[in-house]
Amino acid sequence: MKHCVRKSAALLAVLALALTGAPGVLAEGEQIQVSEDISVSADYDWTRFADDGITLNVYNWGLYISDGSDDSVNVLSAFEDLTGIKVNYTTFDSNESLYAKLKSGGATYDVIVPSDYMVGKMAAEGMLAPLDFANIPNFAGVGEEYLGWDFDPDNTYSVPYTWGTTGLIYNTTLVDEAPTSWAALWDVQYANNVLMFNNSRDAYAIAAKKLGYSLNPASVEEVDIIMEELKAQKSVVQAYVMDEIFDKMEGGEAAMAPYYAGDALTMIDENPDLAFVHPSEGVNFFVDSMCVPANSKNKEAAELFINYMCEPSVGLANCDYIGYSTPITAVWEQLDDDLKYSEIAYPGEEVMAKAEVFSTLPDEVNAAMDAQWSEMKSYEEGGSGWMVVVMLLLAIAVSFFNIWRKLRKKARDNY
Amino acid sequence: MNKKQSVLLQRTYIILIFCFMYLPIAVMIAFSFNESKSRANFTGFTLDWYKSLFHNEMILSALGLSLILALVSSVLATVLGTLATIGIHSMSRRTQLIVNNISYVPVVNPEIITGVSLMLLFVMAQNFGLGGDSGLFGWPTLLVAHITFNVPYVIFNVGPKLRQLDPSLYNAALDLGCTPRQAFFKVILPQLSPAILSAFLICLTYSIDDFMISYFNSGTMQTLPIAIYSMTRKKVSPEINALSAVMFCVILAIILVSNAADSRAYRKNQNAIRKAMQEEGAR
Repeated sequence: MKHCVRKSAALLAVLALALTGAPGVLAEGEQIQVSEDISVSADYDWTRFADDGITLNVYNWGLYISDGSDDSVNVLSAFEDLTGIKVNYTTFDSNESLYAKLKSGGATYDVIVPSDYMVGKMAAEGMLAPLDFANIPNFAGVGEEYLGWDFDPDNTYSVPYTWGTTGLIYNTTLVDEAPTSWAALWDVQYANNVLMFNNSRDAYAIAAKKLGYSLNPASVEEVDIIMEELKAQKSVVQAYVMDEIFDKMEGGEAAMAPYYAGDALTMIDENPDLAFVHPSEGVNFFVDSMCVPANSKNKEAAELFINYMCEPSVGLANCDYIGYSTPITAVWEQLDDDLKYSEIAYPGEEVMAKAEVFSTLPDEVNAAMDAQWSEMKSYEEGGSGWMVVVMLLLAIAVSFFNIWRKLRKKARDNY
Repeated sequence: MNKKQSVLLQRTYIILIFCFMYLPIAVMIAFSFNESKSRANFTGFTLDWYKSLFHNEMILSALGLSLILALVSSVLATVLGTLATIGIHSMSRRTQLIVNNISYVPVVNPEIITGVSLMLLFVMAQNFGLGGDSGLFGWPTLLVAHITFNVPYVIFNVGPKLRQLDPSLYNAALDLGCTPRQAFFKVILPQLSPAILSAFLICLTYSIDDFMISYFNSGTMQTLPIAIYSMTRKKVSPEINALSAVMFCVILAIILVSNAADSRAYRKNQNAIRKAMQEEGAR
């Protein structure tokens, strides 16, 4: 229901803007109506590749584009109709698998959407192509506060796609008082009632913030300290989860969990008992950005795609579907008031002032983090160290038994 | 313990085992009809997810790729594997042992090793200029990878059947005037066909199921398991529940139909035998 209201509100807004010729990006002359919900600026040569039979390989996060499912707008088919470029749209699950796929040379993509620190890493390793912003005029519509971060200080390589913060989701019926600090995740009174990120970088960030450190460790010693803190938390944690968090929180199976703000909104929609807070120690601010890999064979068409994704009507459809915050000012302006001024999706100054972005870590720190994360996960887990030995012995025993049986059989056969 | 009690115990045990195996599927199917996206609260009945599934191009194209890939790779792997089995069968005992063990390696090898090593091989081939401008990765690599991990399953399904076969069968066929080719197609192959069919079905399942190996060798293509896996940062869409429910029902139907056909053929066979014996007796 809410979906429909939002959509029709957006439609009205577009209409109103079109009628009054209101200021903003939308007012740059006329609009081309591509589909019911998608209209793009007419002041751009969208069809220059129409006859080239190009297929763009777009690699994005799973469920990270308005693709027509669940009554959403199909942004991709509108793009194909508009430009005559075919899109081969595929998805990944983490920055690391995106990196591995690109680095292995097993695939060439034209548009990818890494998060902040991965943009930095890829750029440093020469895996990204510098963008030609003459082909991306809509870049001007991106809010300034989302540009110029450390991972790409001059925005040479990246155009922000979505952004968000992490924070603490809690069930108001299961906590005595609303938590305001990450320390609540260590509180023994919620033992076995707390969920935690099942990915090293995000989990690390929380422990680091709790102790007042930066979420980008400068040294291996710093990693040691923070990982100790995560180990100490282990007895309180019910499970290390990613997407299972939706079911667990919506179903009231856990009292609190850290997750991304945009997803918190989805959960609160589903279960009104849930609430969200930006812990006072500071949070992680993330930007997922569109980039073009250095080995792309259709760079200009890729830039055309990025420009299309920054069109306000397209951005609005995506924002509506994904639920994460938009960096495009014109899209933000068209949102419903309760989302537009939501402290969760668009937090105020005091949260942003303390928010920190992931930066690319030095290799040895990264390796230490990975190693200690796995160690932390396997630490004390019902004597799993024992199991390995027992299993190994069992395997050896079985193979010896097999050999013995075979020998006996052979002896008998000979006889 | 009296007999009644033990029967009761047996029943409960069987019911428990079946619950263990089928309850998750039942829950999944139930939630594919859930109105909300939640997998925790059932808010109302709807067929929307089925509707939206058939409009979701990404899932459908991933499913299409998975199915076609499974079909093509299984057919090719079955042919290749059957030929290999026959070849292996005519080797000396020692070579047979060695070749069999070598072909067993991909089965016991962790999938990730098979996947990565295939990828490295393809990258190397690509660096030598194979695949031209657009690169090698995509259909060709996926197909080769799937055939590679499927062939051993064929060898290990058809091999034992071939060994069970009476060696004089082939000679008898030759004696009765078959050319070697006829003997193979008319005598040996029909005897092997149940094993070949089951090998084909195993390949089909493994191929549709495979995530690891496809993941490393898919290039910019995407099979169904990869598409599902990538949804794990956000929430796996209920459309996947709907899709799984459809696949489960289709497979169940296939199994039921083929079992029914089997038992009918069996009964027909038995009846024919009985009839023949009766006629024999009457005479």
